[in-house]
Amino acid sequence: MDVNTNYDVIVIGGGPAGISAAIEAYNANKGKVLVIERNDSLGGILPQCIHNGFGAINFGEDLPGPHYAHRYETALRELPVDIMLDTMVVDLTPELDIYTMSSYYGYQHYRPRAVVLAMGCRERTRAQIRLPGTRAAGIFTAGTAQRLVNIEGYMPGNEIVVLGSGDIGMIMARRLTIEGAKVLGVMELLPFLTGLRRNYVQCLQDYNIPLHLSTTVNKIYGERRVEGIETIKVDENLDHVPGTEEFIKCDTLVLSVGLIPENELSRKAGVQIDVRTNGPIVDSDMATNVPGIFAAGNVTAIYDLVDYVSKAGEIAGFSAGRYAASQEKNHHEGSRAIRIKPGANVGSIIPQQIFIDDLGDRDVYLSMRPNSLLERMVKVELDADSEPVMSFREQYARPAEMIIRKLKPRDIEKLKATETNELVANIS
Amino acid sequence: MSEEKQGDYRTRTDICLRCPQGCEVQTMLGPDDEILNISGNKCKLGKEYVEQEIKDPRRVLPTSVKVTNGTSPLVPVWTPEPMPKGLLLDLAAESRKIEVEAPVHVGDVVLDDWRGLGIRLVASGEVSRAD
Repeated sequence: MDVNTNYDVIVIGGGPAGISAAIEAYNANKGKVLVIERNDSLGGILPQCIHNGFGAINFGEDLPGPHYAHRYETALRELPVDIMLDTMVVDLTPELDIYTMSSYYGYQHYRPRAVVLAMGCRERTRAQIRLPGTRAAGIFTAGTAQRLVNIEGYMPGNEIVVLGSGDIGMIMARRLTIEGAKVLGVMELLPFLTGLRRNYVQCLQDYNIPLHLSTTVNKIYGERRVEGIETIKVDENLDHVPGTEEFIKCDTLVLSVGLIPENELSRKAGVQIDVRTNGPIVDSDMATNVPGIFAAGNVTAIYDLVDYVSKAGEIAGFSAGRYAASQEKNHHEGSRAIRIKPGANVGSIIPQQIFIDDLGDRDVYLSMRPNSLLERMVKVELDADSEPVMSFREQYARPAEMIIRKLKPRDIEKLKATETNELVANIS
Repeated sequence: MSEEKQGDYRTRTDICLRCPQGCEVQTMLGPDDEILNISGNKCKLGKEYVEQEIKDPRRVLPTSVKVTNGTSPLVPVWTPEPMPKGLLLDLAAESRKIEVEAPVHVGDVVLDDWRGLGIRLVASGEVSRAD
């Protein structure tokens, strides 16, 4: 079979990161760009996220997900960029060989000059949280329930319990209520809400849905269909507290228990994965360790806001376009690399590396995920050899909200003035 | 919202919805429900929010309506202008009876001036016609 080498950049995934990557990959050099998407439409998860809350940063508007996706898709379709839907990438090699399958195009082999990984993430399932009980029907991840209700037009059940107080769990609790179901409660293992507080108000309080903190699901009952669940309280070590079991009669359990970046293809291509983010280690260009492979969006780390996913896609796409056009394969040659490491109260950071002599006048978005809940004014400090290089204040630090700091050219100048190769981010 | 009573005076606590920060704002109300003091907000949006929330709480309703002859059985809709909070479930029930004919485009109005209140449901997605 012939290998198709016509493309400068191939973007794997047509969600928000992939769409903006494709737009900017084209803009970088007016080269040939292809987007490969396994679904039958673009937009990734956004078409089923019919709630508002998207676009505050990129448009200054509060838009529903499909509306936000439509704007980007319209912008992409105005460009001479190729789009292949219903097509699955089955293999990716370190030499940038891409093998695809689709019922329409059959088996195809491509070798572009650069690749952008934009495969997004998937949901953690019941098996991954080791939830005991029967294997009855009526147990759904929040994303599956969302797809059933918002796209396919089916109700997953009538009396529903949600496990997990992340934003998707709370949004689905509201959504199912709006469509006429009775949501009996949202259970959260941790002693605090894991989603945004405003979603607690507008999704749970507004619809009188109770939230139970430090509580988890202990058992599922029912043979063919869920007939009820048993909840149990947990202590500060998250261990079950015997004697606190309670039975709740319900026909459906919705799980909103976390997201995992989808990196099977990245691993096949030899892309290094950060154990903290579960995504590729990327630099300030969103480049991975494999020359010519870039990554953006939820495949690199779980974001809170799609606006930042789109921005990351733009950087990855532009960098990939520039890389495809350049003859030199190591375009970072001669630039100092500064590694960024998480320190106190910081769970993870992207990008993990900045090439400081290579940025021109571009900004770097440093995205830090706090791993502790600090409901007070905090100081975020970037230290080189235990000495602060720069610091700034935030009103609070919460695991539910990434702290995003735009490093402007003058901040980069401060970094250049040091001789360090490593920065540690601390929150105190 | 939670509330504490001390004689004729009440103190209510709201979480501000204007930004992701979610400030807890305390408002002291007098015997005639007049606002005596607002505290806990970190910016002026918090004050604006509780004043509106006490007078006339409003929210956006995102939902979906049925589509006939479309490539998808549903189209997402929303109230681009926030509507009275107390009517959310009434409008949700109303929206379950609506059917629109494909094609539907972003921005199409599927329900206008509901109950004469100026509330409208507008499509936030696209559905093509199935042929």
